[in-house]
Amino acid sequence: MTATTASQDFLHRDTVHRLTRTIGRVLLYLLLIVMSLWFLAPLFWMFMSSLMPLDQVGVFPVQWIPRVWMPENYTLALEFWNFGITFRNTMFIAIVSLVGDIGSCTLVAYGFARFRFPFRDTLFLILLATLMLPFAVRLIPVYAAYDAIGWIDTFYPLIVPNFFGNAFYIFICRQFFLGIPQDLLDAAKIDGASEVRIFTQVMIPLAKPAIVVIAILSFQNSWNDFLGPLIYLKDPDLHTLAIGLYKFTSLPGQGGIYNQQMAASTMMVLPVLIVFFLFQKQFIQGANISGLKG
Amino acid sequence: MATAFGSQFSALRGRRRERWRDLSPMRKREAKMGLLFITPWIIGVLLFSLFPFVASFLLSFTKYNIVAPPKWVGMEHYVHIFTDDPLFLKSLRNTGVYVGGSVAIRIVLGFALALLLNTKVRFLGLWRTLFYLPSVVPIVALSVIWLYVLNARAGLLNSFLYAIGLPRFRWFADPDIAMIGYLIMSTTWVGVTMVIFLAGLQGIPEEYYDAAKIDGANVFQRLLRVTIPLMTPTIYLNILINIINAFQVFTQVFIMTDGQGGPRDATRVYVLHLFDHAFQYLPPQMGYSSALAWILFMIIFVFTAVIVTTSQRWVFYQGGETD
Repeated sequence: MTATTASQDFLHRDTVHRLTRTIGRVLLYLLLIVMSLWFLAPLFWMFMSSLMPLDQVGVFPVQWIPRVWMPENYTLALEFWNFGITFRNTMFIAIVSLVGDIGSCTLVAYGFARFRFPFRDTLFLILLATLMLPFAVRLIPVYAAYDAIGWIDTFYPLIVPNFFGNAFYIFICRQFFLGIPQDLLDAAKIDGASEVRIFTQVMIPLAKPAIVVIAILSFQNSWNDFLGPLIYLKDPDLHTLAIGLYKFTSLPGQGGIYNQQMAASTMMVLPVLIVFFLFQKQFIQGANISGLKG
Repeated sequence: MATAFGSQFSALRGRRRERWRDLSPMRKREAKMGLLFITPWIIGVLLFSLFPFVASFLLSFTKYNIVAPPKWVGMEHYVHIFTDDPLFLKSLRNTGVYVGGSVAIRIVLGFALALLLNTKVRFLGLWRTLFYLPSVVPIVALSVIWLYVLNARAGLLNSFLYAIGLPRFRWFADPDIAMIGYLIMSTTWVGVTMVIFLAGLQGIPEEYYDAAKIDGANVFQRLLRVTIPLMTPTIYLNILINIINAFQVFTQVFIMTDGQGGPRDATRVYVLHLFDHAFQYLPPQMGYSSALAWILFMIIFVFTAVIVTTSQRWVFYQGGETD
C-alpha cells in the first residue's frame, strides 16, 4: 500500500516538475522574441519606411507595410546624396587604413610576443594604458599639428595613423601569437630561416584568424567613423558616407523627407550587415577578446 | 584587460630588471630585433599619444585659436570653467546621467540576456546574432533612425507606448526627459556586453553547478553564490570599459541635435561642450577646450583609479588564472 502512494506521489511531483519546466521554457522563448523585436524593430522600420510614400511615414501610430511600394526613393536619395563620390572616398580610406592596420599591428604584436628586450613589459603596459586616454585629449593638438603641415582637407589624418599600430589590434594579435607553439619557430630557426622569413612565412599564415578579426574591426571603424571626417574633411568632394548621410539629413529644407533619408541610411547600413553576416564569428570573437582576455 | 593588466603588473614586480649591458651578445641581438619590430608603435605612441597628451596640457594654460601662436594665460581657463561657465556643470551633469544610466543598462540588461541564453536555449547562435546586430550599424545611420524612433508625433517608441496603453512623451522637446531618450537608444549596444558575458558564463565549469545542486542550492542561490562571484572579473572589466566610453558620449547627440545639444542645452553632453569651443566657436577657443579635455581626463582617471583599487575587494580571481 505505502509503496503505491509513494510512487503515485512521485509521479505527481514529476508532472508538476515537467509542467513548470515547460512553462519556464515557453516564457523564456517569449522573452527572447520580445527582446529580438526590441533590437530589430528600428532597423526593420528603417527598411520599410524607405519604401513608403512620404505622407505614410508621418502616420500615427506607426505603419509597417508601405501603402505603395516606392523603390524610387532610393534613386531620389542618390540624386541629393553624393553616393558615388562618398562611397569611393570611404572605400579608399577604409582599404588603405586596413592595410596599414594589419601591417603595423602584426609587426608590433610579433615584437611584443616573441622577443625579450629590456622594458618590454613596461612598454606593453603603456600600450594598454593608451586605450584609456580619452579622444578629447588628443583631438586638439593633433588637429593643430595636421593644420600646421597642411593636412586638413586631405585623407592623410584618417589614414596615416593606422600605419603606426592600434593598441587594441596589437593586443588581439599578440594574444594570438603567444598561443603559437615555440617549437614551430625553433624548427624554422634550425632550418636557417631569418627572423623576417619566420615572420612573413610562418607567423603571418598562422595568424590568419587574428588578421581577419583585425581586418573586420578596422574596416568597420573606417566605415562608421564620423568625428574624424567631420573635422578633417571640409571639401564636399572628399566627404565620406557618414558625413554625406549626416549632411543629407541635416540640410535646411531636407528635414522632412524621411523616406529618402531612410533609403540613404539603408544604403549605408546594408554593406555592414552583409559583412556582419559573412563574418559573424569574427565579429563575436573581436568583442570577446576585448572583454575577456582583452 | 583586467587580467592582462593584473598579469602585466605582477610580471613587472616579480622580475629583476634586465639591463642592456648585462645581456649576452645573443640576447642583445634578440632585443634589437624585438625593438625593431615594435618601432612603428613606438613612433605612433610618441606622435599620437604622448605628444597630444603633453601638448593639450600646455595648451590648456593658453589662449589659442590655431591661426595665431598660443598666448600664455595661466590658470585663467580653469578659473573661468569652475566659476563662470554654467554650461560646464550642466554638460557634466548631462554626461553623468548618461554614464550612470547607460552603464547600468548595459551591465544589467547585458548580464540578464546572457543568463537567458546560457540556459541551453535552442538556436543560441541565431539569438546571439540578432541581439548583436544593431551594434554593428554605423552610428550616423543609427542616429538618423533613432531621430524617428523617438519622434514625438509619429515615432516608433510613442506608437509602442500608445499600443500598450501608456502615455506618450515629447522625447526631444521636453528638457526634463531629453537625456532619457539617449539612454533608451543606448540599449542598441547591449548586445556587445551580452556577448562578452555569455562567453564568460560558458567558461564556468559545469561541475561547480553540479556540486552546488548536490548541496541543495536552488537556482537563485546558484546564481548568487556560484555564477556572480565567478563572473566578477568580467563584470569589473565591463564596468570599467563602459564607464570610460560613456564619459565620451558625443556622436549621436551631435547628429541628433545638429551640434546644439538642445532643447535648451538639456542634452549638451560634456564632449559636445568641449567640441563646441574648439570647432564651432569663431574664433576657435582651443585653449579653453583643452582645459575642458584635461578636466575630463582627470575625472575619467579618478573613476578608473577608484574602480581599480576597490576591485580587489569584490573581484574574485580563480586560482592559477594566467594570461
